[in-house]
Amino acid sequence: MTSLTIYKRELTSYFAQPTAYAIIVIFLALSMGLAFSFGNFMRVGDASLEWTFFFWHPWIFMLLAPAVGMKLWADEQRTGTIELLGTFPLSTWSAIIGKFLAAASVWLVALLLTFPIVITVNYLGDPDNGAILAGYLGSFLVCCTFLAITMLVSACTRDQVVCLIVSVAICVTMVLCGYDDFTRELAKAVSPAAVEAVVSFGVWDHFRSLNRGLLRLQDLVWFGSFVFVCLLGTSAILSAKRA
Amino acid sequence: MIEVENLTKQFGSKCAVDNLTFTVKKGEVLGFLGPNGAGKSTTMRMITGFLPPTSGDARVCGLSISDDPKAAKTKVGYLPESAPLYHDMTVIGFLKFCASIRGLKGAANKTAVERAIETCFLGSVARQSIDTLSKGYRHRTCLAQALLHDPEVLILDEPTDGLDPNQKHEVRQLIKRLGKDKAILFSTHILEEVEAACTRAVIVDCGRIVADGTPAELLAQSGSGSLTDLFRRLTTAEVKLKSES
Repeated sequence: MTSLTIYKRELTSYFAQPTAYAIIVIFLALSMGLAFSFGNFMRVGDASLEWTFFFWHPWIFMLLAPAVGMKLWADEQRTGTIELLGTFPLSTWSAIIGKFLAAASVWLVALLLTFPIVITVNYLGDPDNGAILAGYLGSFLVCCTFLAITMLVSACTRDQVVCLIVSVAICVTMVLCGYDDFTRELAKAVSPAAVEAVVSFGVWDHFRSLNRGLLRLQDLVWFGSFVFVCLLGTSAILSAKRA
Repeated sequence: MIEVENLTKQFGSKCAVDNLTFTVKKGEVLGFLGPNGAGKSTTMRMITGFLPPTSGDARVCGLSISDDPKAAKTKVGYLPESAPLYHDMTVIGFLKFCASIRGLKGAANKTAVERAIETCFLGSVARQSIDTLSKGYRHRTCLAQALLHDPEVLILDEPTDGLDPNQKHEVRQLIKRLGKDKAILFSTHILEEVEAACTRAVIVDCGRIVADGTPAELLAQSGSGSLTDLFRRLTTAEVKLKSES
C-alpha cells in the first residue's frame, strides 16, 4: 500500500534529522515544567491531571505542532520531489494520508513519553485512569487538528517559515477562541450569537469535555471533520497548483 | 507506445504547448530538441501525468493519462529535469522506497534495486547519503529510479545535463541499449546527442513542432549537413516573426 510506504519514509525522515528530537524534548520540558510550576501540581494535590497537566497542552501545541508539520509539502515543492510524487502511480490522497499519519506519529511518541507523570499521579493518589486516557486522546486530537491545518498551509507555500508563521497564527486563534477570559471580553463587544459562533471554532469546549473523561460523539466528530476538511483542502490546493 | 494527440497547455494567456501531435513506437528513441522555453519539459510533464493538459490527450501503451492516470503511470519511467531526490536518504534507501511505491516487494524489490544500481554505475556510492553525492551521481540516482520497474516507456528530461563527457557517453550508450525494446523520449539541446542516440528527432519551438525526421533526414533538410544550421534556421525564424508583428 503506497500510503504505508510514504508513511514509513516520512517517519524515518523525521527521526533521521534533529527536528523531531528537538521538538519532543522541548515539549516534554515545557509540559512537565508548566505542570509543576504554574500548574501547582504539588500544592493542588489533584490526581486527575486535568488542570495541572492537560490544561497546558493546547497552549504548547499551538506553537509547537506546526513546527512538525511545516515541512510536509513545503519541502517537496521546494526541492522538486513533488514532481516525483506526481508521476508515481499513487493518488495524491494516499500521499496526504501517509504524511499526516507520520507527523501525528511523531506527536504520539511525544505524548507517550510523558508517562512518568501518570505513574507519579498513580503513586501519589488515586486517579481515574479512564479520564486520564480520555485526556490523552483529547490532547492527541487537538494536536492532529493543528497538524492538519499546518499541512493545508504547507501545500500553499514553498517556504517553511511562512508556513510556520501562518499556521501558528491560525492555531493561536483557535486556542484563544474558546478560552473563557477571551470570550468574556468578546461578549462585552458582540452579540451572544456571534460569541457562540466564534467559540465553536475553538478547541476548548471539545478538549475540556474529553479532559473530564466524557467521550462525546460530537467532540470526536468535530475533531474528525476538521482534520478531514483540512486534508481535503490540501488535496484541492495541490491539484489546483498544477492546473 | 507513446501517442500524443493535440496536446495543449495554457498558463493563463501564455500558450506553452500548442496542439502537439506525435508518436513514439517501441524500439524508437525520439530526441526532443528545442530552445529553452520551447515547451519540452511541459510536454513531458503532461505525458507523465504531473500536469493536466488544457486540451488534448496523451496515451502511454494505450492507456490515457487523463482518463486512467494511475495505470498509465505504472508504464512510465520518468527522469525530471531537476533530478529531484530526497537528500536525507541514502542511494539504496531512496531506490528501495521508489521500488516499493512501484509495487515491488521483498526479493523483487531487492533484485530491481541491485539491477538499477548496476545499470547506472552507482555501486560505489550505494550506501552514501544523497546530499554527499556529486551532480553526476545524483543525476544517475534519479535515472536509476526511472529504471527500477523496467518500464516500457522512458521519458527523460535532459538526461545528460551537467554530466562530464565520460558520463555523457555512458548515458547515451545506455539510452541506445534500452531503446531497442522500449519507447524512449528524451529532451536535449545538445545536437550531437541526436546522432549519437536517437532513431528520430523532433524540433519544437514555441510549443509547436517545426521539424520531424530521422537524423539523416534532418541533416538532408538542413542543406548544409549540420543540425545546428537547421536548428538555428527553424527556431530563430520564429523569433524574427514575433518581432516583425
